[in-house]
Amino acid sequence: MTAGTASSPTRRFGPLGRLGTWGFLGAFVLALLFISPLVWSAVTSVKPAGEAATAPMALPSEISAANYERLGDYGAGIATYLANSILVSGIAVVGTLIIGTMAGYGFSRFDFRFKNLLFIIILATLMIPFQALMIPLFVVLRQLGLTNDLFGLAMVYIMFQLPFSVFVMRNSFDRVPRELEEAAIVDGAGQIRLLVGVMAPMVLPGIVTIGLFAFLLAWNEFFAALILLTHESTFTLPILLLSARQGLWFTIEWGALQAGVVITMIPCLVFYFLLQRFYVSGLQSGAVKA
Amino acid sequence: MTATATSREGRSPATRSTYFSRRRLWGAFFVSPALVVVTIFFLAPLALAIWISLTDWNIGGFQRFVGLANYQRAFTDARFFEALRFTTIYTLLVTTLTFLLGFGLALLVRAPLMRMWALRTMFYFPVVIGLAAASFIFVWLFNDQVGVVNEVLMALGLIDKPVVWLAHPDTAMATLVLMVTWKNAGFAMIILLIAMQAVPENLYEAARVDGATAWQSLRRITIPLILPTIALVLIILVVTSYLAFDQFYILTRGGPNNSTITATYWIYNQAFIGFRFGYATALSMVLLVFLVVLGWLQLRILRRDVTL
Repeated sequence: MTAGTASSPTRRFGPLGRLGTWGFLGAFVLALLFISPLVWSAVTSVKPAGEAATAPMALPSEISAANYERLGDYGAGIATYLANSILVSGIAVVGTLIIGTMAGYGFSRFDFRFKNLLFIIILATLMIPFQALMIPLFVVLRQLGLTNDLFGLAMVYIMFQLPFSVFVMRNSFDRVPRELEEAAIVDGAGQIRLLVGVMAPMVLPGIVTIGLFAFLLAWNEFFAALILLTHESTFTLPILLLSARQGLWFTIEWGALQAGVVITMIPCLVFYFLLQRFYVSGLQSGAVKA
Repeated sequence: MTATATSREGRSPATRSTYFSRRRLWGAFFVSPALVVVTIFFLAPLALAIWISLTDWNIGGFQRFVGLANYQRAFTDARFFEALRFTTIYTLLVTTLTFLLGFGLALLVRAPLMRMWALRTMFYFPVVIGLAAASFIFVWLFNDQVGVVNEVLMALGLIDKPVVWLAHPDTAMATLVLMVTWKNAGFAMIILLIAMQAVPENLYEAARVDGATAWQSLRRITIPLILPTIALVLIILVVTSYLAFDQFYILTRGGPNNSTITATYWIYNQAFIGFRFGYATALSMVLLVFLVVLGWLQLRILRRDVTL
């Protein structure tokens, strides 16, 4: 997305393409306004205990970890919920990478019966809202003994992301020249070794993309986690925030709540910031261009 | 396996056909994990949903086949239709505002320059943080006792005393719409931006040589060329808004006076508060059919079968 017409002598970029200094300053102020809720949440989270409620607009009188320490008192403690979220996201990412890459390779390079039908079925799952399938999903997970189970929730997330992942990976493999694998086959590489050793490095951008999207989904998802997890010990971070809001003795501890929000949002912001290129290319191939 | 795969241009017809059937097996092998996941976590629940919606499964666990009774009830359920009506208003507000803001932002930051990249990143941050986190920020910002929003508005002299934003239907709706617009504008911006950057620059230059104003080249060049993307963004926003739940559950809990109950929220209440699983599933199926039609349109646009 950074490519474009930088070489064009006039640099107009169409209507409104060239902002003057004032235009840019205006846009910059708007951008600051956009991130101000995030910034103020972070500032509030390091206030000393109680200060979040008494002086909402003031800067912290001192930097304090009190709000973060408070999170240790909620339910099973923040460490458990953080570990749960990491585990669910980890399984969802690894599962997405393995299943998405294999399927993308299969659909891109092989011919087999019902191939097109299967591909369409996988893509068509995009159209069905999962919110509508929560009750039967609960029944299926119960049959598998996976209710209140982080592995079960991660499998649901892998399914959420599957159409996008398969689509992105098939397109990625489609762009790899066939000569490459033919050379490897002549060299006598087996199919698995061919995929892992030769093809996977060629589609690394696609792999990073589907991993990033799977992480963001699994880390942030609220509805399925709310319904499929009923034991406090299995809660993920977004569900923990719900109990932080209700407070320990029915008084909301706003500082602690914002500390929880900060812990929840930081990995998303960091991963997005570092892997932006892959994020945008994911939107490009998965959502815009087909 | 390796040895046969090696001799891919088989020397005799026999090895050749072995080679192709092996390839078929490998293809099936590679897609099989995806198929297992789709079958267990999508096709099975979907089939089960149809069955459950035809039963009177409730808290007692007793399941009796009741035919289309749940659907009949759904179509006379005034509160379900009230929830649908509310969701529709919410969807129209959020989609319009998010689209317009996203479109404006895309125009603003489209130049492929480093400083525009910085602005884009800032506009996009709210999109990646998750709806629950965003909701917990807004429930605090708009709180009447500890919220910064009231403090700022009072300091600016716009209000005299704190507004209890989430206690009145209109201000609660305004708060939610504001939050979701803030959260999703960056998404609309990025998608529209990708499409806008694909418009050839020389079209604009030709238009400028012909004396076209910025407004004219926007109306005659940009908008017509990115129309499929505009349609796509609108459909994604509409579908997402129709399924809205998290932000209502966190910010208003459906209140005040049940004035902010969305369709998904109503279904959630039927299922997990009222334990009417059969009925709730029937309501889900009604919503599902409606959204599938929208999703089908989305897929058509994705595959560029339609030119709008």
